[in-house]
Amino acid sequence: MRFIHSGSTRRRAAFAALATSAALVLSACGGGAATEGGGAEGGSGSDGEQTITFIPKQLNNPYTDVVLGGGEDGASEAGFASSEVVGPLDASASSQVSFINAETQRGTNVIVIAANDPDAVGPALEEARTAGAKIVAFDSDTNPDYRDLFVSQVNAKDVALIQLELISKQIGGEGEVAILSATANATNQNEWIKFMEEELAANPEYAKIKLVAKVYGDDDDTKSFQEAQGLLQAYPNLKGIISPTTVGIAATARYLSTSEYKGKVALTGLGLPNEMRPFVKDGTVKEFALWDPAQLGYVAAFAGKALADGSITGEVGDTFEAGELGEREIAEGGIVLVGPPTVFTTENIDDYDF
Amino acid sequence: MSDRLDAQPGPATGSGSSVQPERDQPETGAPTKGTRMAAPGTRTSEEKTARRPAAGKADTTKVLAVPKGRTGAARILLGRDAIMIYVLVVVVLYASLVIPRFASPVTVGFLLLDVIPTLLIALPMTLVIISGEIDLSVASIAGLTSALMGVLWQGGMPIALVLVICVLAGLVAGAFNGVLIAYLGLPSLAVTIGTLALFRGLALVVIGDNAVANFPPGLTSFFTSKIGGTGIPTVMVGVVVLIIAFAVVLHFTPFGRGLFALGYSKEAATFVGIDVARSKFLLYLATGTVSAFAGIYWTLRYSSARSDNASGLELAVIAAVLLGGVSIFGGKGSIPGVLAGVLLIGTINYALKLDRVSEVVLIIVTGSLLILSVVAPNIGAAVQRARHARQVRAAPLP
Repeated sequence: MRFIHSGSTRRRAAFAALATSAALVLSACGGGAATEGGGAEGGSGSDGEQTITFIPKQLNNPYTDVVLGGGEDGASEAGFASSEVVGPLDASASSQVSFINAETQRGTNVIVIAANDPDAVGPALEEARTAGAKIVAFDSDTNPDYRDLFVSQVNAKDVALIQLELISKQIGGEGEVAILSATANATNQNEWIKFMEEELAANPEYAKIKLVAKVYGDDDDTKSFQEAQGLLQAYPNLKGIISPTTVGIAATARYLSTSEYKGKVALTGLGLPNEMRPFVKDGTVKEFALWDPAQLGYVAAFAGKALADGSITGEVGDTFEAGELGEREIAEGGIVLVGPPTVFTTENIDDYDF
Repeated sequence: MSDRLDAQPGPATGSGSSVQPERDQPETGAPTKGTRMAAPGTRTSEEKTARRPAAGKADTTKVLAVPKGRTGAARILLGRDAIMIYVLVVVVLYASLVIPRFASPVTVGFLLLDVIPTLLIALPMTLVIISGEIDLSVASIAGLTSALMGVLWQGGMPIALVLVICVLAGLVAGAFNGVLIAYLGLPSLAVTIGTLALFRGLALVVIGDNAVANFPPGLTSFFTSKIGGTGIPTVMVGVVVLIIAFAVVLHFTPFGRGLFALGYSKEAATFVGIDVARSKFLLYLATGTVSAFAGIYWTLRYSSARSDNASGLELAVIAAVLLGGVSIFGGKGSIPGVLAGVLLIGTINYALKLDRVSEVVLIIVTGSLLILSVVAPNIGAAVQRARHARQVRAAPLP
């Protein structure tokens, strides 16, 4: 009757293996807490012990990385004891909620968030505020009820108009254009697209430009690439594409540069100089625009500090010092503007490194 | 069939027959496999007589398959489910000790709110996988429900009616899967991969790129409310009722026992008189309906109805179900084990988030756990087989 015994050994071994592995995995990750001197942070609010956490739309996004780099610099200059970055890998509406919950529990003083959905993060942010955190939205706004401030790249209308100007210049003021955006629900992209549509309808200069399609690449490189391909197949007369997202414009440029449309179909939008450099040099893209993303994180960190210190409350007209960028004022709707967008061309693209 | 039996020694892997043939029934039909929730002591007395028939008497209680392995309480305390529960307890205790602020009602609330959708869908999914099928369209049904909910609510329909229509939509989506799989006999993997895309596409058609957020504040706050100071979400009451219902159906009804038989051998189940098509159809109705519940919960918890809600959830659910000890080949599994699996993944995820460990690590941990949970028991089985083969070879010829 050996097998009866061996059955139990096997089971014991399996249990031991499972338990050990779980313990190992956890201890490996739990090590972080021990070394952090965990527990000695947050809640007190006194100077030098304040903590700030950035929650981007998603991690591992080149644009986000630049914004967060600026945020880290701003946080250390503003005098936060620690600055952290947590966030989901996918930019879905609800994925940020559990991160906000965890930060609430940690007693973080300032949460800086780029919302994937203006409302889905609401209840979680409410709980964070109840627990005493200050909420700064940046890059992509939440519903205004759920945050203290919104740090905006630039005026949304300016961003929309500059992209229209660029495309109009490149296609000679007439022809069919299409928009390749991020996700269908992206707050900022949809706002720009709305302004573009209004301007196309209202401005006589653009009377001969026809917007034929809006497609969504979900800020996913492959999907954006395929959508660009699909656009050119579906609209043979297409003269230009506007892609108001860094992922979309890079993927579209990559497709155009290897296709027969290179140089024939204009492409503009919002891109990162480092990603777009080869396509500007090889003539696929003439001009595109963007603000300096690092400044966005930088200003958000200082805004968070001012809120945490109580020197501003988020009222219209409040001003705070944003380090080396100088003073910023809070405009209507609790919005802080960072600065005007920059247009990148072959002449100036080498001056930027982000 | 025979090599299946060889490959699965011991009740932990489902070859111990736990259903004793009734004395007044002819002993035909394969003993049903895998029900591991038999009350302790139900079989022991009969087994003793089976193993040691009284001397000088004809053995009237001939048992076809001699049960191997543990019985009674030992079997429950050392089974796969129990192991999962022990691991869960160890993880919770460890996290409470090591991670600051983990041991608090706040954790309970946030953690449960996070796992409820997975928990809900895991229940019918357990039954489906035990019966040897799979349903990959669950997250898309939840997304479709969410989209429908947003559009109907925006259209000015009363919320009660909206909820009823959403549940019905889930039922219809499940019925669509069920008809294709149960009555047309198409492979469930192929069908539900198709409906995964189909229902997600329909969600996009229904709501497009809009998001609806203005649900009644009373309702949305109810969905995130907690019971007193315990931190347990109010919604858990309904979830617990569902858990109990599914556990009873799976472990204490003939229908549930039939599912194990179905997953183990469809032909045998047919001969025993189980209505295979009807059983499967009912299961897909259940996954559709519960997915609709999950979609409604998702929409109200995040107070946002969008077409991409709950995307990717189907894999999280299946991972948790498999981690909970359900065999992907069917015929094995239990609700308590699955609950432990779902909660284990949820706890580890939340603990690591609280510790600000990157999500990259989270998915690696989840994946490793799943692989370990599948591999660990099988290593044992492989060693067993090798040892047995050696013994057989080494045995002297008579």
